[in-house]
Amino acid sequence: MDFGSINPAVLIASLMVAAVPIMLAALGELIVEKSGVLNLGVEGMMIIGAIAGFIVAVNTGSPVIGFIGGAVAGAALSLVFAFLTQFLLTNQVATGLALTLFGLGLSSLAGQGYNGIKPPPTNAVPFGPLADIPFLGRVLFAHDWMVYFSILMVAVTWYVLKSTRLGLIIRAVGENHEAAHSLGYKVTRVRIGCIMFGGAMAGMGGAYISLVRVPQWVDGITSGAGWIALAIVVFASWRPWRVLIGAYLFGGITVLQLNLQAAGSAIPVEYLSMAPYLVTILVLVIMSSGRGKASLNAPASLGQNFHASH
Amino acid sequence: MKRRHLLASAALGLGLAFSGAANAQMDKVKACFVYVGPVGDGGWTYQHDVGRQDVEAAFGDRVETAFQENVPEGADAERVLTQMALSGCNIIFTTSFGYMDPTNAVAAKFPNVMFEHATGYKRDHPNVSTYNARFYEGRAVQGTIAGRMTKTNKIGYIASFPIPEVVMGINSYYLHAKKVNPDVELTVVWAYTWFDPAKEADAAKAMIEQGVDVIAAHTDSTAPLAEAAKSNGAVIGFGQASDMSEYAPSPRVSSIIDNWGPYYVKRVGQLLDGTYESGDAWEGISGGEVLIGDITDAVPAEVKAEAEAMRDAIAAGSYHPFTGPINKQDGSAWLAEGQTAPDGDLLGMGFYVEGITGEIPK
Repeated sequence: MDFGSINPAVLIASLMVAAVPIMLAALGELIVEKSGVLNLGVEGMMIIGAIAGFIVAVNTGSPVIGFIGGAVAGAALSLVFAFLTQFLLTNQVATGLALTLFGLGLSSLAGQGYNGIKPPPTNAVPFGPLADIPFLGRVLFAHDWMVYFSILMVAVTWYVLKSTRLGLIIRAVGENHEAAHSLGYKVTRVRIGCIMFGGAMAGMGGAYISLVRVPQWVDGITSGAGWIALAIVVFASWRPWRVLIGAYLFGGITVLQLNLQAAGSAIPVEYLSMAPYLVTILVLVIMSSGRGKASLNAPASLGQNFHASH
Repeated sequence: MKRRHLLASAALGLGLAFSGAANAQMDKVKACFVYVGPVGDGGWTYQHDVGRQDVEAAFGDRVETAFQENVPEGADAERVLTQMALSGCNIIFTTSFGYMDPTNAVAAKFPNVMFEHATGYKRDHPNVSTYNARFYEGRAVQGTIAGRMTKTNKIGYIASFPIPEVVMGINSYYLHAKKVNPDVELTVVWAYTWFDPAKEADAAKAMIEQGVDVIAAHTDSTAPLAEAAKSNGAVIGFGQASDMSEYAPSPRVSSIIDNWGPYYVKRVGQLLDGTYESGDAWEGISGGEVLIGDITDAVPAEVKAEAEAMRDAIAAGSYHPFTGPINKQDGSAWLAEGQTAPDGDLLGMGFYVEGITGEIPK
């Protein structure tokens, strides 16, 4: 394939940045779904995180506190979902969709007066001479700390789910909440914790859009990133490292198609624009046809409400 | 039977009374606006909303305004328009190209409500007007600045959808950059959206990585300028639709400001005093509908003077941005020496001028 004048190092570096919001949100949703809860409100939590992170960063002058603010706001919004689905046992799909609509509206209200303001900059982590290494320096050592944080979080979720007692409990609750309950685990409590973690991660992903990727606030800034994050979780068949691959693939193709256009590629624009979606569908088809392995990996109690009757 | 007959004639009478109202004075007008993005986009929709506020300020109690933001182009627009017409709006401004068919469809059902569609060309019913601004005049000024300011000889244009309005802007921008800098190359990226800040920023980033150092945008948000701002002055851009002065003096070195207020005030005023007639309006710099935002000190004085001279010549009518000889991209002749582009050619423009590489998506 002829990449023309596209520099692969620059391309990889920018796809890593483009993938951060969807990767963080997808990781959070992965944990939520692993515990057996389907929260379709990722988009709503992301945009609340985007505006809350922006407001906090602008008022404190510190992007780091902004990211924390975004995470707190996302977690707070997810508590609404947790209360409705875990205590009032509402339908998770409907509640999640409502959460998205609520988040979009609330962020627009909260964002009044924050249009056209520039947030404090989040600079690249200084790696000194490492950043000057040809190719690798540009790809690996020229990013802001959130890029590294997102990769670290992939490793952390992977480790926690695979090798810790906490991960085992989360998986038990998600696979069979009746059995987990009879073993004495607090199903509802574990799920609320996971939902809040999911909210915090989505909020942080949203804050990355408003603080780094676009650096400004406009209404509707996430424009569908939350839905892509949801798709990536299924795409990754609930495995953290595959979330990383999925996010890079999706972020990468979006960036690549814009770069190919800018480089004057002869491929028609329409095909480039639909490429990310085509590849996603294609990969989903390939993966789900693999002797039903991927579908087996879905948490058995996903989307089912739990009520302890005794 | 009798009662139904009575009702029917009453309805007829009511209808007559109202249809007469288009040419009679009105005590109070309700003006409604349909927006494609949020009023807080800082660009296109924001400027329309400024125009709406101008109407309120101009007529006070004699006017009531309402608006609906984030209305998708398509079936949703038809529902919103129907709702507005039913809720007593006398005049409805639909402010995006994609509302063209919904506007005409709803206008057929409400002959007593006046519809004004921005940037379109269909007027299927007597109560539909169209209005537009000659943004290509502003693009000529931007092209001049871009051609002079680029150091890499690569200039960029973030395009939204392949419609005549956008193609016109691309051609005007390129022609005038080329005029002052024969080595200039234009990169066009189609974003296929009016409003998606993250994608707009990514498009700007992709162009910057390709060595583009002057970026014009035809999308609605300030995201491309925010991206250019990261380059510490190496990349410049322009405010689009709104002044976007928060990014001045650099990267925003100038802007095209859509000044809809005077038109909205005029049309609502005509409806109030009974002189309203449907029609087609297409004003530019001379009519005050397109304003060129302050050219900042990031631009050398002689370039600034040249751009301002261009602006003044267009305003005075002594220069038309599409003056021949101009060939189409395939080399065939479009305008002969000294010939200026007829409006019909511009409104249906579906070709690049000679020198632009790439194809317009279908």
